[in-house]
Amino acid sequence: MDDLVVRAEGLRKRFGTTQALDGVDLAMRRGTVLGVLGPNGAGKTTAVRVLATLLRPDAGTAHVAGVDVLREPQKVRRRIGLTGQYASVDEDLTGTQNLVLIGQLLDLRSRDARKRAAELLAWFDLTEAAGRPAKTYSGGMRRRLDLAASLVGHPEVIFLDEPTTGLDPAKREDMWGVVRTQVAQGSSVLLTTQYLEEADALADEIVVVDHGRVIAQDTPDGLKRRVGGQTLRIRPADPARLPDVLRLLDAVASPGTSAAPDGAAGSRPGAASVPVTADTALDDVVPALRRDGIEVNELGLHLPSLDEVFHTLTGGETKKEALV
Amino acid sequence: MTTAVLDAPTHLDAPRGGSFLALIRHSAALAKRSLIKTVRTPEALIDVTIQPVIFLMMFTYLFGGAIADGDRHGYLQFLLPGMLGQSLAMGSIALGQNLNADIEKGVFDRFRSLPVSRAAPLVGAVLADIVRYLTVCVVMLGFGAVMGFRIETGTVATLAAIGLAVGFGLCFAWISVWVGMLVRTSGAVQGVMFLLVFPLSFGSDVFVGTDTLPGWLQDFVHVNPITHLVGAERGLLISGPVAHHLWITLAWMAGLLAVFVPLALRAYNKRT
Repeated sequence: MDDLVVRAEGLRKRFGTTQALDGVDLAMRRGTVLGVLGPNGAGKTTAVRVLATLLRPDAGTAHVAGVDVLREPQKVRRRIGLTGQYASVDEDLTGTQNLVLIGQLLDLRSRDARKRAAELLAWFDLTEAAGRPAKTYSGGMRRRLDLAASLVGHPEVIFLDEPTTGLDPAKREDMWGVVRTQVAQGSSVLLTTQYLEEADALADEIVVVDHGRVIAQDTPDGLKRRVGGQTLRIRPADPARLPDVLRLLDAVASPGTSAAPDGAAGSRPGAASVPVTADTALDDVVPALRRDGIEVNELGLHLPSLDEVFHTLTGGETKKEALV
Repeated sequence: MTTAVLDAPTHLDAPRGGSFLALIRHSAALAKRSLIKTVRTPEALIDVTIQPVIFLMMFTYLFGGAIADGDRHGYLQFLLPGMLGQSLAMGSIALGQNLNADIEKGVFDRFRSLPVSRAAPLVGAVLADIVRYLTVCVVMLGFGAVMGFRIETGTVATLAAIGLAVGFGLCFAWISVWVGMLVRTSGAVQGVMFLLVFPLSFGSDVFVGTDTLPGWLQDFVHVNPITHLVGAERGLLISGPVAHHLWITLAWMAGLLAVFVPLALRAYNKRT
Protein backbone atom coordinates (compact mmCIF):
# COMPACT_ATOMS: atom_id res chain seq x y z
CA MET A 1 0.00 0.00 0.00
CA ASP A 2 1.55 3.27 -1.04
CA ASP A 3 1.23 6.33 1.11
CA LEU A 4 -0.41 8.49 -1.51
CA VAL A 5 -3.76 9.78 -0.22
CA VAL A 6 -4.59 11.50 -3.49
CA ARG A 7 -3.63 9.93 -6.77
CA ALA A 8 -5.10 11.19 -10.01
CA GLU A 9 -4.03 10.22 -13.49
CA GLY A 10 -4.95 11.76 -16.80
CA LEU A 11 -8.01 13.68 -15.62
CA ARG A 12 -9.88 15.31 -18.47
CA LYS A 13 -13.06 17.33 -18.35
CA ARG A 14 -14.63 19.50 -21.01
CA PHE A 15 -17.41 22.04 -20.52
CA GLY A 16 -18.79 22.99 -23.90
CA THR A 17 -15.83 24.44 -25.76
CA THR A 18 -13.62 24.81 -22.68
CA GLN A 19 -11.18 22.03 -21.86
CA ALA A 20 -11.16 22.62 -18.11
CA LEU A 21 -8.89 19.65 -17.40
CA ASP A 22 -6.57 18.49 -20.14
CA GLY A 23 -4.84 15.45 -18.68
CA VAL A 24 -4.05 16.34 -15.06
CA ASP A 25 -1.94 14.07 -12.84
CA LEU A 26 -1.81 14.74 -9.12
CA ALA A 27 -0.17 12.93 -6.24
CA MET A 28 -0.28 13.84 -2.58
CA ARG A 29 1.52 12.00 0.20
CA ARG A 30 -0.25 11.22 3.46
CA GLY A 31 0.14 13.89 6.12
CA THR A 32 1.31 16.60 3.73
CA VAL A 33 -0.10 19.71 2.11
CA LEU A 34 -0.31 19.83 -1.67
CA GLY A 35 -0.74 23.31 -3.09
CA VAL A 36 -2.45 23.56 -6.46
CA LEU A 37 -1.41 26.94 -7.77
CA GLY A 38 -2.84 28.66 -10.80
CA PRO A 39 -4.71 31.68 -12.09
CA ASN A 40 -8.49 31.95 -12.41
CA GLY A 41 -9.82 29.45 -14.91
CA ALA A 42 -6.75 27.21 -14.76
CA GLY A 43 -8.84 24.18 -13.80
CA LYS A 44 -8.07 24.12 -10.07
CA THR A 45 -11.68 24.10 -8.94
CA THR A 46 -12.66 21.50 -11.54
CA ALA A 47 -9.88 19.22 -10.30
CA VAL A 48 -11.04 19.58 -6.70
CA ARG A 49 -14.65 18.92 -7.69
CA VAL A 50 -13.62 15.70 -9.43
CA LEU A 51 -11.59 14.53 -6.42
CA ALA A 52 -14.41 15.47 -4.02
CA THR A 53 -16.89 13.34 -6.06
CA LEU A 54 -18.96 16.33 -7.20
CA LEU A 55 -18.07 15.94 -10.84
CA ARG A 56 -17.34 12.96 -13.08
CA PRO A 57 -14.36 13.44 -15.35
CA ASP A 58 -14.59 12.61 -19.04
CA ALA A 59 -11.46 10.49 -18.73
CA GLY A 60 -8.85 9.54 -16.18
CA THR A 61 -8.77 7.85 -12.79
CA ALA A 62 -8.61 9.18 -9.27
CA HIS A 63 -8.12 7.60 -5.86
CA VAL A 64 -8.65 9.43 -2.60
CA ALA A 65 -7.66 7.79 0.69
CA GLY A 66 -7.12 4.58 -1.27
CA VAL A 67 -10.68 4.52 -2.64
CA ASP A 68 -11.63 4.85 -6.30
CA VAL A 69 -13.49 8.15 -6.67
CA LEU A 70 -15.48 6.98 -9.68
CA ARG A 71 -16.37 3.48 -8.44
CA GLU A 72 -17.11 4.15 -4.77
CA PRO A 73 -17.94 7.82 -4.33
CA GLN A 74 -19.97 7.28 -1.13
CA LYS A 75 -16.97 5.60 0.49
CA VAL A 76 -14.80 8.53 -0.54
CA ARG A 77 -17.32 10.98 0.91
CA ARG A 78 -16.86 9.42 4.36
CA ARG A 79 -13.16 10.23 4.20
CA ILE A 80 -13.07 13.77 2.87
CA GLY A 81 -13.96 17.28 3.91
CA LEU A 82 -14.59 20.00 1.36
CA THR A 83 -14.54 23.74 1.75
CA GLY A 84 -15.55 25.36 -1.50
CA GLN A 85 -14.39 28.57 -3.05
CA TYR A 86 -17.42 30.44 -1.77
CA ALA A 87 -18.37 30.02 1.84
CA SER A 88 -21.20 27.53 1.56
CA VAL A 89 -22.56 27.76 5.08
CA ASP A 90 -26.30 28.20 5.36
CA GLU A 91 -26.89 31.85 6.18
CA ASP A 92 -30.25 31.37 7.88
CA LEU A 93 -28.93 28.67 10.20
CA THR A 94 -26.89 29.42 13.31
CA GLY A 95 -23.31 28.25 13.62
CA THR A 96 -24.42 25.36 15.80
CA GLN A 97 -27.29 24.39 13.49
CA ASN A 98 -24.97 24.37 10.49
CA LEU A 99 -22.51 22.00 12.14
CA VAL A 100 -25.14 19.76 13.77
CA LEU A 101 -26.80 19.30 10.38
CA ILE A 102 -23.51 18.14 8.87
CA GLY A 103 -23.02 15.78 11.81
CA GLN A 104 -26.48 14.29 11.30
CA LEU A 105 -25.82 13.83 7.60
CA LEU A 106 -22.62 12.02 8.58
CA ASP A 107 -24.75 9.65 10.68
CA LEU A 108 -23.55 10.89 14.05
CA ARG A 109 -26.12 10.44 16.78
CA SER A 110 -27.81 13.71 17.76
CA ARG A 111 -25.90 13.99 21.01
CA ASP A 112 -22.56 13.31 19.32
CA ALA A 113 -23.36 15.77 16.54
CA ARG A 114 -24.05 18.51 19.10
CA LYS A 115 -20.90 17.65 21.04
CA ARG A 116 -18.77 17.73 17.91
CA ALA A 117 -20.35 21.05 16.84
CA ALA A 118 -19.58 22.64 20.22
CA GLU A 119 -16.04 21.31 20.09
CA LEU A 120 -15.38 22.75 16.63
CA LEU A 121 -17.07 26.08 17.41
CA ALA A 122 -14.84 26.46 20.46
CA TRP A 123 -11.80 25.53 18.46
CA PHE A 124 -12.58 28.12 15.80
CA ASP A 125 -13.38 30.87 18.32
CA LEU A 126 -17.03 30.89 17.35
CA THR A 127 -18.60 29.84 20.64
CA GLU A 128 -19.96 33.32 21.33
CA ALA A 129 -21.52 33.50 17.87
CA ALA A 130 -22.74 29.89 17.96
CA GLY A 131 -26.40 30.84 18.48
CA ARG A 132 -26.53 33.58 15.85
CA PRO A 133 -27.56 33.03 12.22
CA ALA A 134 -24.50 32.82 9.99
CA LYS A 135 -25.70 35.82 7.97
CA THR A 136 -24.65 38.03 10.89
CA TYR A 137 -21.06 36.69 10.72
CA SER A 138 -18.13 38.61 9.28
CA GLY A 139 -16.34 37.24 6.22
CA GLY A 140 -13.59 35.72 8.35
CA MET A 141 -16.07 34.09 10.73
CA ARG A 142 -17.97 32.56 7.80
CA ARG A 143 -14.79 31.08 6.41
CA ARG A 144 -13.96 29.60 9.80
CA LEU A 145 -17.44 28.13 10.11
CA ASP A 146 -17.16 26.77 6.58
CA LEU A 147 -13.85 25.16 7.41
CA ALA A 148 -15.27 23.78 10.66
CA ALA A 149 -18.12 22.24 8.64
CA SER A 150 -15.64 20.33 6.53
CA LEU A 151 -13.96 18.91 9.64
CA VAL A 152 -17.05 17.50 11.39
CA GLY A 153 -16.40 13.97 10.15
CA HIS A 154 -12.67 13.86 11.03
CA PRO A 155 -11.75 13.61 7.35
CA GLU A 156 -8.52 11.95 6.29
CA VAL A 157 -8.25 14.28 3.33
CA ILE A 158 -9.32 17.92 3.37
CA PHE A 159 -9.94 19.83 0.16
CA LEU A 160 -9.74 23.60 0.46
CA ASP A 161 -10.64 25.51 -2.67
CA GLU A 162 -9.10 28.98 -2.38
CA PRO A 163 -9.64 29.12 1.37
CA THR A 164 -8.33 32.65 1.83
CA THR A 165 -9.55 34.47 -1.28
CA GLY A 166 -11.10 37.71 -0.12
CA LEU A 167 -9.69 37.58 3.41
CA ASP A 168 -7.48 40.32 4.84
CA PRO A 169 -3.85 39.39 5.65
CA ALA A 170 -4.41 38.85 9.37
CA LYS A 171 -7.38 36.51 8.73
CA ARG A 172 -5.30 34.74 6.11
CA GLU A 173 -2.60 34.00 8.68
CA ASP A 174 -5.28 32.66 11.05
CA MET A 175 -6.46 30.31 8.34
CA TRP A 176 -2.92 29.13 7.68
CA GLY A 177 -2.61 28.31 11.36
CA VAL A 178 -5.73 26.16 11.17
CA VAL A 179 -4.40 24.28 8.16
CA ARG A 180 -1.07 23.62 9.88
CA THR A 181 -2.86 22.32 12.97
CA GLN A 182 -4.94 19.95 10.89
CA VAL A 183 -1.83 18.56 9.27
CA ALA A 184 -0.12 18.23 12.64
CA GLN A 185 -3.12 16.13 13.73
CA GLY A 186 -2.62 13.77 10.83
CA SER A 187 -4.88 15.10 8.06
CA SER A 188 -3.69 15.60 4.53
CA VAL A 189 -4.69 18.85 2.86
CA LEU A 190 -5.07 19.65 -0.81
CA LEU A 191 -5.52 23.37 -1.26
CA THR A 192 -5.89 25.51 -4.31
CA THR A 193 -4.68 29.06 -4.34
CA GLN A 194 -3.90 31.97 -6.59
CA TYR A 195 -1.22 33.19 -4.21
CA LEU A 196 2.33 31.97 -4.50
CA GLU A 197 2.89 33.28 -1.00
CA GLU A 198 0.16 31.02 0.37
CA ALA A 199 1.44 27.94 -1.42
CA ASP A 200 4.93 28.76 -0.17
CA ALA A 201 3.72 29.19 3.42
CA LEU A 202 1.72 25.97 3.61
CA ALA A 203 2.54 23.45 0.94
CA ASP A 204 5.07 20.65 1.07
CA GLU A 205 4.72 20.38 -2.64
CA ILE A 206 3.29 22.72 -5.26
CA VAL A 207 1.60 21.82 -8.51
CA VAL A 208 1.29 24.69 -10.95
CA VAL A 209 -1.66 24.37 -13.34
CA ASP A 210 -2.60 26.47 -16.31
CA HIS A 211 -5.16 25.85 -19.04
CA GLY A 212 -6.08 22.50 -17.51
CA ARG A 213 -2.54 21.14 -17.52
CA VAL A 214 0.12 20.70 -14.88
CA ILE A 215 3.00 22.89 -16.00
CA ALA A 216 5.28 22.36 -13.02
CA GLN A 217 5.46 20.24 -9.89
CA ASP A 218 8.07 20.87 -7.25
CA THR A 219 8.75 21.75 -3.64
CA PRO A 220 8.29 25.46 -2.85
CA ASP A 221 12.07 25.89 -2.71
CA GLY A 222 12.58 24.03 -5.94
CA LEU A 223 9.93 26.10 -7.62
CA LYS A 224 11.48 29.31 -6.35
CA ARG A 225 14.84 28.27 -7.65
CA ARG A 226 13.32 27.67 -11.05
CA VAL A 227 11.53 30.97 -11.23
CA GLY A 228 14.30 33.08 -9.75
CA GLY A 229 13.34 32.90 -6.12
CA GLN A 230 13.01 35.90 -3.89
CA THR A 231 14.12 39.45 -4.47
CA LEU A 232 15.60 41.67 -1.80
CA ARG A 233 14.68 45.30 -2.35
CA ILE A 234 16.09 48.33 -0.54
CA ARG A 235 15.06 51.95 -0.96
CA PRO A 236 17.51 54.32 0.75
CA ALA A 237 16.04 57.44 2.39
CA ASP A 238 18.67 59.50 0.61
CA PRO A 239 18.66 58.66 -3.12
CA ALA A 240 22.33 59.66 -3.27
CA ARG A 241 23.20 56.52 -1.27
CA LEU A 242 21.86 54.23 -4.02
CA PRO A 243 25.37 53.25 -5.23
CA ASP A 244 26.27 52.15 -1.67
CA VAL A 245 23.09 50.09 -1.50
CA LEU A 246 23.94 48.43 -4.82
CA ARG A 247 27.34 47.48 -3.46
CA LEU A 248 25.81 45.98 -0.30
CA LEU A 249 23.25 44.03 -2.31
CA ASP A 250 25.87 42.61 -4.62
CA ALA A 251 27.46 40.98 -1.59
CA VAL A 252 24.34 38.87 -0.92
CA ALA A 253 23.30 38.26 -4.52
CA SER A 254 22.52 34.78 -5.79
CA PRO A 255 25.47 33.32 -7.64
CA GLY A 256 25.67 34.71 -11.14
CA THR A 257 23.38 37.68 -10.52
CA SER A 258 24.00 41.26 -9.53
CA ALA A 259 22.05 44.12 -7.99
CA ALA A 260 20.31 46.59 -10.23
CA PRO A 261 18.49 49.87 -9.65
CA ASP A 262 14.71 49.54 -10.14
CA GLY A 263 13.71 51.17 -13.33
CA ALA A 264 11.10 48.87 -14.68
CA ALA A 265 7.74 50.28 -15.60
CA GLY A 266 5.45 50.46 -12.63
CA SER A 267 8.11 50.74 -9.95
CA ARG A 268 9.25 54.05 -8.55
CA PRO A 269 12.94 54.78 -9.14
CA GLY A 270 15.26 55.24 -6.20
CA ALA A 271 15.36 51.61 -5.05
CA ALA A 272 17.59 48.71 -5.90
CA SER A 273 16.92 44.99 -5.85
CA VAL A 274 18.74 41.73 -6.24
CA PRO A 275 17.70 38.06 -6.50
CA VAL A 276 18.69 36.15 -3.36
CA THR A 277 18.61 32.47 -2.58
CA ALA A 278 19.75 32.39 1.05
CA ASP A 279 17.15 33.14 3.72
CA THR A 280 19.94 34.79 5.66
CA ALA A 281 20.30 37.62 3.17
CA LEU A 282 18.29 39.98 5.38
CA ASP A 283 20.42 39.11 8.42
CA ASP A 284 23.55 39.98 6.48
CA VAL A 285 22.26 43.19 4.96
CA VAL A 286 20.68 44.85 8.00
CA PRO A 287 23.91 45.09 10.09
CA ALA A 288 25.77 46.31 7.01
CA LEU A 289 23.24 49.08 6.47
CA ARG A 290 23.64 50.19 10.09
CA ARG A 291 27.43 50.00 9.90
CA ASP A 292 27.48 52.24 6.83
CA GLY A 293 24.88 54.61 8.26
CA ILE A 294 22.36 54.16 5.43
CA GLU A 295 18.78 55.00 6.40
CA VAL A 296 16.15 53.11 4.44
CA ASN A 297 12.51 53.77 3.59
CA GLU A 298 11.84 50.27 2.33
CA LEU A 299 13.53 46.98 2.98
CA GLY A 300 11.97 43.67 2.15
CA LEU A 301 12.05 40.25 0.61
CA HIS A 302 9.64 39.82 -2.28
CA LEU A 303 8.47 36.57 -3.73
CA PRO A 304 7.98 36.54 -7.44
CA SER A 305 4.36 37.25 -8.27
CA LEU A 306 2.19 34.55 -9.79
CA ASP A 307 2.52 36.43 -13.09
CA GLU A 308 6.27 36.14 -12.93
CA VAL A 309 6.05 32.45 -12.06
CA PHE A 310 3.89 31.83 -15.08
CA HIS A 311 6.01 33.94 -17.32
CA THR A 312 9.07 32.00 -16.33
CA LEU A 313 7.45 28.57 -16.45
CA THR A 314 5.60 29.01 -19.71
CA GLY A 315 8.50 30.95 -21.24
CA GLY A 316 10.79 28.03 -20.43
CA GLU A 317 8.37 25.61 -22.04
CA THR A 318 8.15 27.64 -25.23
CA LYS A 319 11.92 27.73 -25.48
CA LYS A 320 12.16 23.99 -25.03
CA GLU A 321 9.60 23.44 -27.75
CA ALA A 322 11.49 25.80 -30.04
CA LEU A 323 14.67 23.78 -29.56
CA VAL A 324 12.91 20.54 -30.40
CA MET B 1 -7.31 30.25 18.43
CA THR B 2 -6.97 27.56 21.06
CA THR B 3 -5.79 24.10 20.28
CA ALA B 4 -7.73 21.07 21.29
CA VAL B 5 -7.29 17.40 20.85
CA LEU B 6 -10.16 16.31 18.66
CA ASP B 7 -11.57 12.84 18.70
CA ALA B 8 -9.93 10.19 16.62
CA PRO B 9 -11.60 9.49 13.27
CA THR B 10 -14.23 6.80 13.14
CA HIS B 11 -15.31 5.36 9.85
CA LEU B 12 -18.50 3.56 9.07
CA ASP B 13 -18.66 2.40 5.51
CA ALA B 14 -22.38 1.76 5.46
CA PRO B 15 -24.97 4.21 6.71
CA ARG B 16 -26.48 3.46 10.11
CA GLY B 17 -29.62 1.32 9.73
CA GLY B 18 -29.40 0.67 5.98
CA SER B 19 -29.78 3.00 3.05
CA PHE B 20 -33.56 3.44 3.10
CA LEU B 21 -33.63 4.44 6.77
CA ALA B 22 -30.66 6.70 6.05
CA LEU B 23 -32.58 8.40 3.24
CA ILE B 24 -35.47 9.09 5.63
CA ARG B 25 -33.17 10.30 8.40
CA HIS B 26 -31.11 12.54 6.12
CA SER B 27 -34.23 13.89 4.41
CA ALA B 28 -35.72 14.71 7.81
CA ALA B 29 -32.54 16.54 8.86
CA LEU B 30 -32.59 18.54 5.64
CA ALA B 31 -36.33 19.21 5.95
CA LYS B 32 -35.62 20.67 9.38
CA ARG B 33 -33.05 22.93 7.75
CA SER B 34 -35.67 24.22 5.30
CA LEU B 35 -38.15 24.77 8.14
CA ILE B 36 -35.63 26.80 10.11
CA LYS B 37 -35.15 28.94 7.02
CA THR B 38 -38.92 29.37 6.68
CA VAL B 39 -39.27 30.46 10.30
CA ARG B 40 -36.36 32.91 9.92
CA THR B 41 -37.82 34.50 6.80
CA PRO B 42 -41.59 34.75 7.38
CA GLU B 43 -41.89 37.15 4.44
CA ALA B 44 -41.25 34.12 2.23
CA LEU B 45 -44.72 32.90 3.27
CA ILE B 46 -46.53 35.79 1.53
CA ASP B 47 -47.32 33.56 -1.46
CA VAL B 48 -49.20 31.12 0.76
CA THR B 49 -50.87 33.67 3.06
CA ILE B 50 -51.57 37.20 1.87
CA GLN B 51 -51.53 36.44 -1.85
CA PRO B 52 -54.29 33.79 -1.82
CA VAL B 53 -56.36 36.00 0.47
CA ILE B 54 -56.07 38.90 -1.99
CA PHE B 55 -57.08 36.60 -4.86
CA LEU B 56 -60.00 35.30 -2.85
CA MET B 57 -61.25 38.80 -2.02
CA MET B 58 -60.66 40.07 -5.55
CA PHE B 59 -62.62 37.29 -7.20
CA THR B 60 -65.41 37.27 -4.61
CA TYR B 61 -66.06 41.00 -4.33
CA LEU B 62 -64.82 42.29 -7.70
CA PHE B 63 -65.87 39.58 -10.17
CA GLY B 64 -68.15 37.41 -8.01
CA GLY B 65 -71.24 39.54 -8.42
CA ALA B 66 -70.93 39.60 -12.19
CA ILE B 67 -70.00 35.93 -12.58
CA ALA B 68 -72.68 34.57 -10.21
CA ASP B 69 -75.40 37.02 -11.08
CA GLY B 70 -75.34 38.82 -7.71
CA ASP B 71 -75.05 35.69 -5.52
CA ARG B 72 -71.74 36.52 -3.86
CA HIS B 73 -72.10 33.98 -1.06
CA GLY B 74 -72.92 31.23 -3.50
CA TYR B 75 -69.89 32.18 -5.59
CA LEU B 76 -67.60 32.14 -2.52
CA GLN B 77 -68.79 28.59 -1.73
CA PHE B 78 -67.97 27.62 -5.33
CA LEU B 79 -64.70 29.58 -5.55
CA LEU B 80 -62.88 28.78 -2.30
CA PRO B 81 -62.26 25.05 -2.82
CA GLY B 82 -61.13 25.91 -6.33
CA MET B 83 -58.77 28.61 -5.21
CA LEU B 84 -57.24 26.11 -2.82
CA GLY B 85 -56.07 24.21 -5.90
CA GLN B 86 -54.73 27.34 -7.57
CA SER B 87 -52.91 28.51 -4.43
CA LEU B 88 -51.23 25.13 -4.02
CA ALA B 89 -49.95 25.18 -7.57
CA MET B 90 -48.70 28.75 -7.15
CA GLY B 91 -47.26 27.94 -3.73
CA SER B 92 -45.05 25.21 -5.19
CA ILE B 93 -43.12 27.70 -7.32
CA ALA B 94 -41.05 29.00 -4.40
CA LEU B 95 -39.62 25.53 -3.77
CA GLY B 96 -37.91 25.33 -7.15
CA GLN B 97 -36.67 28.89 -6.73
CA ASN B 98 -35.15 28.17 -3.30
CA LEU B 99 -33.46 24.98 -4.48
CA ASN B 100 -32.07 26.79 -7.49
CA ALA B 101 -30.68 29.55 -5.26
CA ASP B 102 -29.15 27.00 -2.87
CA ILE B 103 -27.35 25.30 -5.72
CA GLU B 104 -26.10 28.60 -7.13
CA LYS B 105 -24.78 29.59 -3.70
CA GLY B 106 -22.85 26.34 -3.33
CA VAL B 107 -24.75 25.14 -0.25
CA PHE B 108 -25.60 21.91 -2.05
CA ASP B 109 -21.94 21.23 -2.89
CA ARG B 110 -21.40 20.53 0.76
CA PHE B 111 -24.33 18.10 0.89
CA ARG B 112 -23.09 16.39 -2.24
CA SER B 113 -19.64 15.91 -0.75
CA LEU B 114 -21.22 14.08 2.21
CA PRO B 115 -22.17 10.38 2.22
CA VAL B 116 -25.92 11.03 1.94
CA SER B 117 -28.31 9.73 -0.67
CA ARG B 118 -28.38 12.06 -3.64
CA ALA B 119 -32.14 12.27 -3.31
CA ALA B 120 -32.08 13.44 0.32
CA PRO B 121 -31.58 17.19 -0.27
CA LEU B 122 -34.52 17.25 -2.70
CA VAL B 123 -36.78 14.97 -0.67
CA GLY B 124 -36.02 17.00 2.45
CA ALA B 125 -36.89 20.28 0.77
CA VAL B 126 -40.16 18.87 -0.58
CA LEU B 127 -41.15 17.47 2.82
CA ALA B 128 -40.56 20.84 4.46
CA ASP B 129 -43.01 22.35 1.99
CA ILE B 130 -45.80 20.46 3.80
CA VAL B 131 -45.83 23.36 6.23
CA ARG B 132 -46.45 25.84 3.44
CA TYR B 133 -49.30 23.81 1.95
CA LEU B 134 -50.90 23.38 5.37
CA THR B 135 -50.60 27.14 5.78
CA VAL B 136 -52.46 27.69 2.51
CA CYS B 137 -55.30 25.44 3.68
CA VAL B 138 -55.58 26.97 7.14
CA VAL B 139 -55.36 30.57 5.90
CA MET B 140 -57.92 30.05 3.14
CA LEU B 141 -60.42 28.16 5.27
CA GLY B 142 -59.90 30.59 8.16
CA PHE B 143 -60.12 33.78 6.15
CA GLY B 144 -62.88 32.27 4.02
CA ALA B 145 -64.91 31.71 7.21
CA VAL B 146 -64.53 35.42 8.02
CA MET B 147 -65.82 36.24 4.53
CA GLY B 148 -68.79 33.94 5.02
CA PHE B 149 -67.59 30.59 3.64
CA ARG B 150 -69.26 27.66 5.37
CA ILE B 151 -68.05 24.07 5.37
CA GLU B 152 -71.17 22.00 4.78
CA THR B 153 -69.68 18.57 5.51
CA GLY B 154 -68.08 17.19 8.67
CA THR B 155 -64.70 17.25 10.40
CA VAL B 156 -63.49 14.01 8.81
CA ALA B 157 -64.31 15.25 5.33
CA THR B 158 -62.60 18.57 6.07
CA LEU B 159 -59.45 16.82 7.30
CA ALA B 160 -59.55 14.61 4.22
CA ALA B 161 -59.86 17.75 2.05
CA ILE B 162 -56.78 19.27 3.73
CA GLY B 163 -54.88 15.99 3.47
CA LEU B 164 -55.68 15.68 -0.22
CA ALA B 165 -54.66 19.29 -0.85
CA VAL B 166 -51.32 18.89 0.93
CA GLY B 167 -50.69 15.57 -0.78
CA PHE B 168 -51.41 17.06 -4.19
CA GLY B 169 -49.11 19.99 -3.37
CA LEU B 170 -46.29 17.57 -2.52
CA CYS B 171 -46.66 15.75 -5.84
CA PHE B 172 -47.07 18.90 -7.92
CA ALA B 173 -44.00 20.38 -6.19
CA TRP B 174 -41.73 17.92 -8.02
CA ILE B 175 -42.42 19.79 -11.26
CA SER B 176 -41.11 22.91 -9.57
CA VAL B 177 -38.09 20.97 -8.26
CA TRP B 178 -37.35 19.68 -11.75
CA VAL B 179 -37.60 23.14 -13.28
CA GLY B 180 -35.43 24.45 -10.44
CA MET B 181 -32.73 21.95 -11.41
CA LEU B 182 -32.99 22.70 -15.12
CA VAL B 183 -32.89 26.47 -15.44
CA ARG B 184 -30.05 28.75 -14.52
CA THR B 185 -31.57 31.39 -12.25
CA SER B 186 -34.32 31.41 -9.65
CA GLY B 187 -36.06 34.18 -11.61
CA ALA B 188 -36.28 31.84 -14.57
CA VAL B 189 -37.87 29.16 -12.35
CA GLN B 190 -40.70 31.58 -11.64
CA GLY B 191 -41.06 32.48 -15.31
CA VAL B 192 -41.24 28.87 -16.47
CA MET B 193 -43.55 27.80 -13.66
CA PHE B 194 -45.98 30.66 -14.35
CA LEU B 195 -46.24 29.41 -17.92
CA LEU B 196 -47.44 26.13 -16.49
CA VAL B 197 -49.44 27.22 -13.45
CA PHE B 198 -51.52 29.94 -15.15
CA PRO B 199 -53.04 27.76 -17.87
CA LEU B 200 -53.58 24.94 -15.36
CA SER B 201 -55.28 27.08 -12.72
CA PHE B 202 -57.34 29.30 -15.05
CA GLY B 203 -58.01 26.60 -17.61
CA SER B 204 -60.06 24.70 -15.05
CA ASP B 205 -63.41 25.11 -13.33
CA VAL B 206 -61.83 27.02 -10.43
CA PHE B 207 -63.46 30.34 -11.38
CA VAL B 208 -66.34 29.54 -13.70
CA GLY B 209 -68.50 26.59 -14.67
CA THR B 210 -67.36 24.82 -17.81
CA ASP B 211 -70.62 24.98 -19.80
CA THR B 212 -69.86 28.41 -21.33
CA LEU B 213 -66.45 27.34 -22.63
CA PRO B 214 -65.73 26.41 -26.25
CA GLY B 215 -65.47 22.68 -26.85
CA TRP B 216 -61.71 22.42 -27.23
CA LEU B 217 -61.23 24.30 -23.94
CA GLN B 218 -63.74 22.01 -22.24
CA ASP B 219 -61.60 19.07 -23.37
CA PHE B 220 -58.54 20.65 -21.78
CA VAL B 221 -60.41 21.44 -18.57
CA HIS B 222 -61.58 17.86 -18.27
CA VAL B 223 -58.07 16.39 -18.32
CA ASN B 224 -56.56 19.16 -16.20
CA PRO B 225 -55.57 17.67 -12.80
CA ILE B 226 -56.50 20.93 -11.07
CA THR B 227 -60.13 20.46 -12.23
CA HIS B 228 -60.30 17.05 -10.60
CA LEU B 229 -58.52 18.16 -7.44
CA VAL B 230 -61.01 21.02 -7.16
CA GLY B 231 -63.93 18.68 -7.87
CA ALA B 232 -62.84 16.41 -5.03
CA GLU B 233 -62.27 19.41 -2.72
CA ARG B 234 -65.77 20.74 -3.47
CA GLY B 235 -67.23 17.35 -2.68
CA LEU B 236 -65.29 17.08 0.57
CA LEU B 237 -65.99 20.64 1.77
CA ILE B 238 -69.45 21.47 0.37
CA SER B 239 -71.34 18.55 -1.12
CA GLY B 240 -71.53 16.37 -4.15
CA PRO B 241 -69.85 13.20 -5.40
CA VAL B 242 -66.21 12.74 -4.42
CA ALA B 243 -65.08 9.33 -5.64
CA HIS B 244 -64.78 10.01 -9.37
CA HIS B 245 -62.68 13.17 -8.96
CA LEU B 246 -60.73 11.68 -6.08
CA TRP B 247 -59.58 8.64 -8.07
CA ILE B 248 -58.54 10.74 -11.03
CA THR B 249 -56.68 13.15 -8.71
CA LEU B 250 -54.87 10.26 -7.00
CA ALA B 251 -53.94 8.85 -10.38
CA TRP B 252 -52.57 12.23 -11.41
CA MET B 253 -50.58 12.44 -8.16
CA ALA B 254 -49.04 9.03 -8.77
CA GLY B 255 -48.30 10.03 -12.35
CA LEU B 256 -46.66 13.29 -11.32
CA LEU B 257 -44.41 11.42 -8.88
CA ALA B 258 -43.56 8.69 -11.37
CA VAL B 259 -42.52 11.20 -14.02
CA PHE B 260 -41.08 14.18 -12.19
CA VAL B 261 -39.20 12.58 -9.29
CA PRO B 262 -36.86 10.67 -11.66
CA LEU B 263 -36.60 13.71 -13.94
CA ALA B 264 -35.73 15.99 -11.01
CA LEU B 265 -33.17 13.53 -9.61
CA ARG B 266 -31.55 13.10 -12.99
CA ALA B 267 -31.35 16.84 -13.56
CA TYR B 268 -29.93 17.30 -10.06
CA ASN B 269 -27.24 14.67 -10.61
CA LYS B 270 -26.30 16.14 -13.97
CA ARG B 271 -26.09 19.65 -12.63
CA THR B 272 -22.49 20.56 -11.88
